[in-house]
Amino acid sequence: MNQGIDVPQIQRFGALYIASARLKTMSKWRTIIAAVDIGNPLFYLIAVGIGIGVLVEQGSGTSGTNGIKYIAFIAPALLANTAITGIMDETIFPTIEGFKWRKLFFAQNATPITGRQIAIGVYLAALCRALFSVSVYYILLLAFDVVNFGISILLMPIAVLGGGAFGALMLFAAAKIEKEDQFFNILGRLVIMPMFLFSGTFFPLSSMPIYLQPIGWISPLWHATELGREAAFDYGIGTMMVVVHLAFLITLLVTGLVLATRQFEKRLAK
Amino acid sequence: MSKPLISVRGLTKVFGDFTAVNGIDFDVAKGESFGLLGPNGAGKSTTMRILAATSTRTSGTVEILDKDPELFGPLVRAHLGVVPQQDNLDGELTVSQNLYIYGRYFGLPKKFIKNKIEELLEFAQLEEKRDVKVEALSGGMKRRLTIARGLVSEPDILLLDEPTTGLDPQARHILWDRLFRLKEQGVTLVLTTHFMDEAEQLCDRLVVMDNGSIMAEGSPAGLIKEYSSKEVLEVRFGSDRNKEVAPQLATMCERMETLPDRVLMYTEDGEALLEQIMQAKLHPTTSLVRRSSLEDVFLRLTGRTLIE
Repeated sequence: MNQGIDVPQIQRFGALYIASARLKTMSKWRTIIAAVDIGNPLFYLIAVGIGIGVLVEQGSGTSGTNGIKYIAFIAPALLANTAITGIMDETIFPTIEGFKWRKLFFAQNATPITGRQIAIGVYLAALCRALFSVSVYYILLLAFDVVNFGISILLMPIAVLGGGAFGALMLFAAAKIEKEDQFFNILGRLVIMPMFLFSGTFFPLSSMPIYLQPIGWISPLWHATELGREAAFDYGIGTMMVVVHLAFLITLLVTGLVLATRQFEKRLAK
Repeated sequence: MSKPLISVRGLTKVFGDFTAVNGIDFDVAKGESFGLLGPNGAGKSTTMRILAATSTRTSGTVEILDKDPELFGPLVRAHLGVVPQQDNLDGELTVSQNLYIYGRYFGLPKKFIKNKIEELLEFAQLEEKRDVKVEALSGGMKRRLTIARGLVSEPDILLLDEPTTGLDPQARHILWDRLFRLKEQGVTLVLTTHFMDEAEQLCDRLVVMDNGSIMAEGSPAGLIKEYSSKEVLEVRFGSDRNKEVAPQLATMCERMETLPDRVLMYTEDGEALLEQIMQAKLHPTTSLVRRSSLEDVFLRLTGRTLIE
């Protein structure tokens, strides 16, 4: 064997090798990533936050949004959504590519790297993308005076946590599915769109009829949004709910990762 | 003889109700070039994935460098170079980036990999393509790069699954030349193929596989000697007449195979047999005398041709 190969070292850092390879590929798409991750929510913020905000505030002032300006009300939701969609892109596509399109995972697994490390490496790289996008977006929010610098800095880790919880599930789903076309149809139409609309993004979840509220309850976006609002504006949801939101997101993240790493191992060993 | 690098006993792999590999045994010695020859679906690739310490087995024992690959996957894989049937290079990265990243997966120092890349680019004859994206390479170049990638860690054993399938004849010959060099350098090669000429060129020893079982084992020359005659006379009478004349031909040689398009006659002296056929006024439309090959061995063992 080559004397330079240190297997215990690979067992410790293998996931980082994978993450760094992923970041190298990602960096080739940096312009598109920046445009999508920052441009998209910015358009929403301006069109909905300022445009529709005028209508909202003409109608009821800020009484419907716990005294917060409408643009500020939706900002944490859009921030969390940026993290969610970014992490979703960087878990789903590399995973399907790795198992099916290019079979890169099989090449990686032919080295001392394990399936578990591949899963975690892909996941870590996805978190890096979200952290980058969320940071830039947060600076824009400061610049536009939508939020004040201070404890609102917690918006960033909260958004990444929300994205990470959803992304862990997507990592598992993408490793599980065999027919990606159906998966994309279902995901886009029945998961992403309802989640974006019914997670208290543009209005408080409580203003929806009770039978629609469960969509929000199971949505990582809603939990991250509520936490984000609490961090940014003292929204007043109470400590109890902060704990509930955090517990929900962390449980989702851990469950998703356990399922994903198992599924990676299983599919590679077939 | 020193202990074999690879030792396989009673290896079985079952998928659902399909037995892909059915209780096979073989050893591979250090420095040997060992082949698994058989048609598609014989269980070769399944066996290779188990040897590569990535797939699990249903039963039997496997030892690679004295270790069970299922229990010590990463440790065993640190000694292996793997060239899969389907190239799985990263098409978005360049030739040298692909080698570099792969070296990093083995945790090799950057400086070592940088030097190694130069050596491997030369070996794979890809020096001028170093900064070209992999997507833009031809099939033969991708294959050579995949082999080079498998060598980045200086493995003790190189596993090649169907190394030349899908390549044009020229690309295959370049690849054979490269593999032959590795063999000369003492790298232990294990390869699967359904090309008998490839097996004859590259393997010191091989097993013939069919339906998950080993049908025969030996050196290419030994197998031919054991299971076939020295020469083969191939005669064609046209698709309708082949069957018609077959009974008469059968009396003239030791053994005969009637294929849809031609009749193969096994003999020690092909020219003499052809003369005999001419004298019998059978006049084949075409005739060819050749030496026996592994294809004939396979036909003898299974009653089928390798490529159907």
